[in-house]
Amino acid sequence: MKPGKKLLLFFLPGIALYLALFVYPTLTGIYYSFTDWDGLSPSYRYVGLDNYAGLTEHIVFRKAVGNNLKFMLAVVIAQTAVSLVLALQLARGGKGAAALRALYFVPTILSSVSVGFIWTFLYDPSLGAINGLLNAAGLSHWTQNWLGNVRFAIFAVAAAQAWAHIGQMVILFVAGLQAIPSELVEAAKLDGGNRWQVFARVTWPLLAPAAALVVSYTTIQSFKAFDLVFTMTNGGPAYSTEILSTFIYSAAFANYTFGLASAASVFFLALVSLITFLQFRVLRADRVSY
Amino acid sequence: MLLRWLGRLLHAAFALIVALPLLMIVFTSMKTTPEFYAHPLSLPSAWNFGRFRELFTQHPLGQYFVNSVFVTASSVLLELLLAGMIAYGIIRSGRKLGAGIFALFALGLMVPSQVNMIPIYVFVRKLGLSDSLPGLVLVTVSMLLPLGVFMLTGFMRTLPKELLEAGAIDGAGEWRLLIRVVFPLCAPYLASTAAFLSVIVWNDLLFPMLLLGGKDKMTLPLALLQFRGEYLTDYPTLMAGVVISVLPVVVLFLFLQRYFISGALAGALKG
Repeated sequence: MKPGKKLLLFFLPGIALYLALFVYPTLTGIYYSFTDWDGLSPSYRYVGLDNYAGLTEHIVFRKAVGNNLKFMLAVVIAQTAVSLVLALQLARGGKGAAALRALYFVPTILSSVSVGFIWTFLYDPSLGAINGLLNAAGLSHWTQNWLGNVRFAIFAVAAAQAWAHIGQMVILFVAGLQAIPSELVEAAKLDGGNRWQVFARVTWPLLAPAAALVVSYTTIQSFKAFDLVFTMTNGGPAYSTEILSTFIYSAAFANYTFGLASAASVFFLALVSLITFLQFRVLRADRVSY
Repeated sequence: MLLRWLGRLLHAAFALIVALPLLMIVFTSMKTTPEFYAHPLSLPSAWNFGRFRELFTQHPLGQYFVNSVFVTASSVLLELLLAGMIAYGIIRSGRKLGAGIFALFALGLMVPSQVNMIPIYVFVRKLGLSDSLPGLVLVTVSMLLPLGVFMLTGFMRTLPKELLEAGAIDGAGEWRLLIRVVFPLCAPYLASTAAFLSVIVWNDLLFPMLLLGGKDKMTLPLALLQFRGEYLTDYPTLMAGVVISVLPVVVLFLFLQRYFISGALAGALKG
């Protein structure tokens, strides 16, 4: 047997599983989106684009798209900014840098259900630490039912999401910073550059690939945050934290509108692909080399 | 100087924001329920393991724990084997075939697993694999294949080519080369990949929730979610559940930090 043919056997089991339990389901999901299936009946009809038309008028779906974008922006901005500032300091090394990096990483290995429980407790209006601290600081008028308030709830969940993932972004930024040749930074300093100039002209451009990575990874994570949102609010109150993935779940498994939920899944896939593609174009365009 | 102090202040603040909630889980789990409602935020008056005992006696928590260990260990091992074989095939086969197979899995990276919740639920039920832990393992492995192939191909590409060619000339078969040469050489990479994937599988809620229903078939995240329906704002009991579910991962992390961190780095590069 030629070596090339033998290698096909190495691909076979993985590809068979992948085709059966990944590719085929993805394609059938697209197919369901053109039907009126309720998930229970043995038969269903082909309805063309009706589900997609239905989505455009669906108030909860439109709210979910808006919430998902809000959630994405809040998470991406908070996560990127905080982790960058923390990493700039940590990359210099020094006492405790490794210990801090490890501490910040711990929340990233907790399950979203656990993170959801921790933050639901912190946000609890009467038993939680956040209102407790505000009361102790004499700021009782700032206390809130954080997860029960339609204006704050989505940002309250976003804060929990950021808390859980900043540690991983710190790691990515530290790696990016440590990959920058120190001679370049030293040379810029010798040329009389002040701290800000060195950062703006040398460090930041060289850090751009790492920043691009953090932003795109964080964006995708914000769309995948089903477990956390489901645990903390399950889309409530009054759909104020409904995001695309929780919408799909309840449209399918609470309302038995599998066709509609499948159309929402296709939309979800298209949106995530589009955002990934756009970020790839924008952020990788000005990639620098050294 | 001022900047450096500001940086330190920020680190001190963020370290507290991370550490205090983590300590709060442990302290809260040690409180009795009346003690908690009287002083929700104080330190526990004594080391009280009553919540843990209650969870273990009133629920098959030991069984859930074993289920989680089974699903995580078998998914990750199977994933390493299948993705490792594919990655090896990719780096060993001709340019065109290798790139084609890689592209097939790279496409899968674009599909968030949430997109597939409906068809997976329907198809697994049709196959008669719902409410079965092995069924969940197969779905998990397949959902993670793009990520596994991506990570392991990236790692295996860094192996010196001459080494594999020398092995092939010695007449070692491809399979032997993979098992005896490539896997041992890749051991640290396999460990990083395993660490990264284990966290994902151990913590997953969505697929266990879709595919498992039976009372004794639950994994820990699913069981935790059920506890909330039962205990509501009885946070000491809920936090005891959190401690039980996070303890194994945190202990592993303390000992194998290096692999968790390099795995997180490599896993993120897929973006």
